[in-house]
Amino acid sequence: MTLRFTAMATALLATTAMTAAPLDAETLRWARAAEALTQDPHAQNEGPTTTLNHQVYEPLILRNMEGAMEAALATDWQPSGDDPNVWVFTLREGVTFHEGQTFDSADAVFSLNRAMSANSNFRELLSGVVDVRATGPYTVEIETDGPNPLLPNNLTNIFMMDEGWSTENDAVEVQDYAGGEDTFSARNSNGTGPYVMSSRQADAQTVLTAFEDYWGIGEFPLSASEIVFTPIQNPATRVAALLSGEVDFIQDVPVQDLERVAGADGLGLATAPQNRVIFFGLNVGADDLERDSVDGANPLADRRVREAMDIAINREAIQQVVMRGQSAPAGVIMPPPVHGWTEELDAYPAYDVEAARALMEEAGYGEGFTIQLDCPNDRYVNDEAICQAAVGMFAQIGITVNLSALPRAQHFPLIANGETDFYLLGWGVPTYDSEYIFNFLYHTRDEGRGSWNGTGFSNAVMDEMIVGLSSEVDLAERDGMIASLWQMAEEELIYLPIHNQILNWGISDSWSTVVDADDQVKFKYFTRN
Amino acid sequence: MLNYIIRRVLQSVLVLLVVGLVAFAMFRFVGDPVDNMLGQERTMEDVERLREQLGLDQSFVVQYYRFLEGAVQGEFGISYRQGRQVSEIIAERIPATLELAAVSGVFALVLGIGLGVFTAIRRDGFASNAIMTLSLIGVSLPTFLIGILLIYLFSVELGWLPSFGRGEVVQIGGWSTGFLTQSGLMALILPSITLGLYQMTLIMRLVRSEMLEVLRQDYIRFARARGLKQRAINFRHALKNTLVPVITVTGLQLGSIIAFAIITETVFQWPGVGLLFINAIQFVDIPVMAAYLMLISVMFVGINLAVDLLYVAIDPRLRTEGKS
Repeated sequence: MTLRFTAMATALLATTAMTAAPLDAETLRWARAAEALTQDPHAQNEGPTTTLNHQVYEPLILRNMEGAMEAALATDWQPSGDDPNVWVFTLREGVTFHEGQTFDSADAVFSLNRAMSANSNFRELLSGVVDVRATGPYTVEIETDGPNPLLPNNLTNIFMMDEGWSTENDAVEVQDYAGGEDTFSARNSNGTGPYVMSSRQADAQTVLTAFEDYWGIGEFPLSASEIVFTPIQNPATRVAALLSGEVDFIQDVPVQDLERVAGADGLGLATAPQNRVIFFGLNVGADDLERDSVDGANPLADRRVREAMDIAINREAIQQVVMRGQSAPAGVIMPPPVHGWTEELDAYPAYDVEAARALMEEAGYGEGFTIQLDCPNDRYVNDEAICQAAVGMFAQIGITVNLSALPRAQHFPLIANGETDFYLLGWGVPTYDSEYIFNFLYHTRDEGRGSWNGTGFSNAVMDEMIVGLSSEVDLAERDGMIASLWQMAEEELIYLPIHNQILNWGISDSWSTVVDADDQVKFKYFTRN
Repeated sequence: MLNYIIRRVLQSVLVLLVVGLVAFAMFRFVGDPVDNMLGQERTMEDVERLREQLGLDQSFVVQYYRFLEGAVQGEFGISYRQGRQVSEIIAERIPATLELAAVSGVFALVLGIGLGVFTAIRRDGFASNAIMTLSLIGVSLPTFLIGILLIYLFSVELGWLPSFGRGEVVQIGGWSTGFLTQSGLMALILPSITLGLYQMTLIMRLVRSEMLEVLRQDYIRFARARGLKQRAINFRHALKNTLVPVITVTGLQLGSIIAFAIITETVFQWPGVGLLFINAIQFVDIPVMAAYLMLISVMFVGINLAVDLLYVAIDPRLRTEGKS
């Protein structure tokens, strides 16, 4: 009896030769490591969530995959002739939501107000906005507390919802976690985007189908009629799914598998620099560091020590060994597509241990010191390995670095709470403008600005200039301010840049796309070969 | 008797409360959910506000009390990660885990007993030696490695089986099942083997040693002397007597199959509660972590309680003790 059981089980295993299911020619199967958190377009300002919502919802102005701003639900935007604090948007006519409602200025006003409400994750992008009003069925005015030349840059991820649908379904409020009720919009979508969310099981499978009444039919390739999205967290499984042809497109190919994917039949890699720079932050503000060996003084407050550390980092070695070539060494904490970036700023200092040792000697730390480096281990590409490499490099100039690598959920609060002396951070710039970097990373930490400035750095002159940037309408003048701010920032050297990340998308030869620097896929631009 | 039962039930409730307390005391070390919940553009003010709104500024005892208050009313709160009712998410995910656990359990039991009997009967045969050697691999290789090896062999190289997910599922009421479609059944094979391999080798080795023990007994020898068929001796007399410890172990292992499913579910992107829990940890989704841990402890405590009560039914001494 048991032998028969065994035989049956073996037979069962053997009869599983899978016949490849016939594929719909226009189905695109997509996988990435992370799952979207919610369907609510204003609840989570986070890459994977925004990416999924970009297929279903649309902003007024879209940043296309080449990184240029393009008319989406607004066809035109101009500063008002009468009031320098007002921007006027002309909306696209003839746009319908997936459930048939017409898009007009009331919806735009509703959506912008919703995005500014207390529980919205996007309110900081609209922090200067004092009023949003409809001045016609297809015109909307946005008034800010001062002239704001870059307001359109901040709108590229602010999605438009239907006012009637949201009111009927009790989805006017963005998710309120403390309230104990879930919001309708977290599980249902009704956008104007090219794809309709036809089914969704979080962490398992999401199916998007082409929207028949999409306004952009004929304007965009829209080659995929159906998109099946599956998050696959395990990198080995994700690559296996691509190699076995079960998915057509994966967004994050691990660096160790690049050659394998590139060499596979019918698969290719699409590679481009990412809008994300990786750097070390140094606590320059504290009088004494808590986790170092120096008593009564902060070695990092001495610029010579910071410079010594800067030139002790062998950026090319990190690029070649840790990143297997998949990074671009950087000299400034600003990704190249950002406004204000110049080649001179991004030139990184030569690796020079002798000079670094001399600087340490000069600063009075010839004997070196001990310090703790806090590093995430699940956030950036090879983040922990970068830190490990740096430990060895700093040891050469006498700095003994104790590495503390933690998951992101524990690492980032250290920066937020000011509990770190020396840390690794990565930064992307969704507005493509330097102001964003200055606001969050260089401004003195207060209630509004400087929330990611974990260095304790504070410079009143810079603060004033940073605040001034947001209302400077003379663009040439503003560019001058940005340039001098960067000069001051480089002089201070509170951050030690390492590199810009490079994105690697693995894609079946049947499809082609350009790589979006923000890692935000927009499937309407995908073409079938 | 009643006294004994009440005492056991009260002890179980106490265990549950302690598990919850320990869990809540540990959550603070997992990290801070606020940073995940607010985007990159958050200000310090936002952080403070949300922390207060979620009650994270309170001590863990207060947080635990609030959780209990909700839990007794069947309210587990809103997932920080998904913005949905936790009870609903868990109800949606549990079928995937239970189906996987059931198939792995059956796989482990059937193959484990089958191979165990085989290797016991043909003790010195080449085949049984080979099986015994191979079973060492099953015990010693970590689950995720077995999973990835299976994926590379059966999905990438041979292209026979899917490497991830559940395939097509059929919704029956609140239960989603993969048993009714071909792709659903195919998708079950690799994860079930991965999850059940350890238990299978365990059962196999247990059955084998028990069987060898039993086959040495006098009544087997007498049965042989009586001229009974080899088959009847092996299966009707010997196997039956080896099954008692096997059943005990299987019962205990059932809980750990569900608990071990976390790793298998991550490797195969199996949308069950294990994957849910891993993601909750990474995100510091406290409501989901709390509900999952409570669910698992209720399950373990429930099994133990059932076993304890069964002892009362079986062992008369416990009954008299209750009276005295």
